[in-house]
Amino acid sequence: MSNATVAESAKDKDARPEKARRPASLWSDAWHDLRRNKVFILGSILVLILLLMAAFPSLFSSVNAYDPSTCDLSNAREGITSKHWFGTDNLGCDTYSRVIYGARVSVIVGIATSLISAVVGGGLGLLAGYYSRWVDVLLSRLAEIFFAIPSVLGALLFLSAIGRENAGAFTVVLSLAVLAWPLILRIMRAAVISAKNQDYVTAARALGAGPGRIMLRHIMPNAIAPVIVTATLNLGVFIAAEAGLSFLGVGVQPPTISWGLMIGDARRRFLEAPEPLIFPAIFLSITVLAFVMLGDAVRDALDPKLR
Amino acid sequence: MGRYVIRRLLQAIPVLVGTTFLLFATVYALPGDPIAALGGDRRLDPQLVSRMREQFHLNDPLLVQYWYYIRDILSGDFGTTFRGVPVSSLFEGKFQVTFQLAITALVFEAIIGVGLGLWAALRRGRWQDQAVLAVTLLLVSIPTLVSGFVLQLVLGVKLKQNTGVDFFPVAGIQDGMRSYIVPGLVLAGLSIAYLTRLTRTSLMETLRADYIRTAVAKGMSRRRVLGRHALRNSLIPLITYLGADLGTLMGGAIITETIFNLPGIGQQLFQSVYLRENAVVVGIVTVLVLVYVLANLIVDLLYAVLDPRIRYE
Repeated sequence: MSNATVAESAKDKDARPEKARRPASLWSDAWHDLRRNKVFILGSILVLILLLMAAFPSLFSSVNAYDPSTCDLSNAREGITSKHWFGTDNLGCDTYSRVIYGARVSVIVGIATSLISAVVGGGLGLLAGYYSRWVDVLLSRLAEIFFAIPSVLGALLFLSAIGRENAGAFTVVLSLAVLAWPLILRIMRAAVISAKNQDYVTAARALGAGPGRIMLRHIMPNAIAPVIVTATLNLGVFIAAEAGLSFLGVGVQPPTISWGLMIGDARRRFLEAPEPLIFPAIFLSITVLAFVMLGDAVRDALDPKLR
Repeated sequence: MGRYVIRRLLQAIPVLVGTTFLLFATVYALPGDPIAALGGDRRLDPQLVSRMREQFHLNDPLLVQYWYYIRDILSGDFGTTFRGVPVSSLFEGKFQVTFQLAITALVFEAIIGVGLGLWAALRRGRWQDQAVLAVTLLLVSIPTLVSGFVLQLVLGVKLKQNTGVDFFPVAGIQDGMRSYIVPGLVLAGLSIAYLTRLTRTSLMETLRADYIRTAVAKGMSRRRVLGRHALRNSLIPLITYLGADLGTLMGGAIITETIFNLPGIGQQLFQSVYLRENAVVVGIVTVLVLVYVLANLIVDLLYAVLDPRIRYE
């Protein structure tokens, strides 16, 4: 070890007691774990690139995929060339730029669905767990009914009832969130029930805190970790579900670009021209992988028992 | 035990009523007049319209329509489509295909999932364990949509072109049992990953139990400790998981059946969605949801048989 690093670590040692005196919370522990987790770092880098791709697709592609004049029907299913890195699709549009522009729908649907189901399920779970008795019975029974419907089937029925002309990213989010909140409610409810009998809740109540304050300031911060874990893991599930629904024709509708739609379009000529199908499929898998990695790492950090 | 069974059965009733009502109400609430849509651009004869509205109970309130629907379902009648075809005739032979696909997937799941999980748990923390975890991570990340088309291309086309091996049919069911191998594997993908992880944690937890330590301490051989004490106890959650997954797999076969052109209930559902036959869609979804709920119910009862702690709670 060189002198410089010895000096560095000595300085570190001097600085540390100051920090260590603060009791380590679940969150600072988790953050400490996450920063050292290779899966988390790789997952976050991928997710950051995806977010950038969704927000500013023009950074990654000089061709605007939403501009139909960039398609050339005489170059349909061309295969990989120096001009079209991922080949061209049935209409002669550049697959690379379409794949880049398709990231937006996936990212929006994944994040919005996860957020909505976490907020609704988490809020109702907080109420069900805190109030018990009839509030709990009512909410839990309601959740049970929604919980009994497999999400792809339920979303398919909902979306086909709405009709293709009204379908879009928003209805996909709605149909998936409607079936996803009960799981979050169950998780939150269990966490709240175990948190509400703790001494600090009794102490807060003895000091005169009302139910709203107790729920939001004392119980929620101590019960929300498993909800965050599930919501993160769900991101990948929802992105895959969106692609599946769009592939089946009930999800996002053209001219919006979505990986599921691209796969559905390329399907019929798939064996002679696999590129327009394979590349969105690869991007879809990498996206789901990135979010699953993030979720796995967050779970390891927030719930050490599961390791 | 008897009390547990009765309580569990009673609990299932509001769920069944609630889910069927929810599915029915979703379609009921849809905008547009289905009878008027039958005529396309032409206006239908008002007399015919009113007769058809009467025949399909379209003038009754939601709850009354729901009651007719439940009554018919209970007597095995899933209604007729607006074109006059009985919905139940659309099911013929299709359930068999979907069931066979789901069973094939379940077999793959049980063999690969449990095998990998046990192997990883017995080598906890070593590179084999890490490798199995990495594989499950990849399996979770590859949607059916992707694995289906990729395997179809690789096993069905490229393998045949390059090596002449024509063992894996990748479309239709004319090759009998063999037709289900690749679709079954694709359908099982996600479940294999979950079951592997479940098996791994389940065995690892069991291995930490006191009775295992006792068995080792009294000098029992490793084989006997694993076989008689650890495996038996860690298999209980796996059996119940597999049972419940049958319902999930049957409901989740839509994309797999569409990719591999299997004439099952999922493909029928896809076609009905495409043709906007809402009566068929709600009929099929209701049946699949019933299968799912009943599978879960049976599994819960089975769990009580296998694990006495549940029924004495």
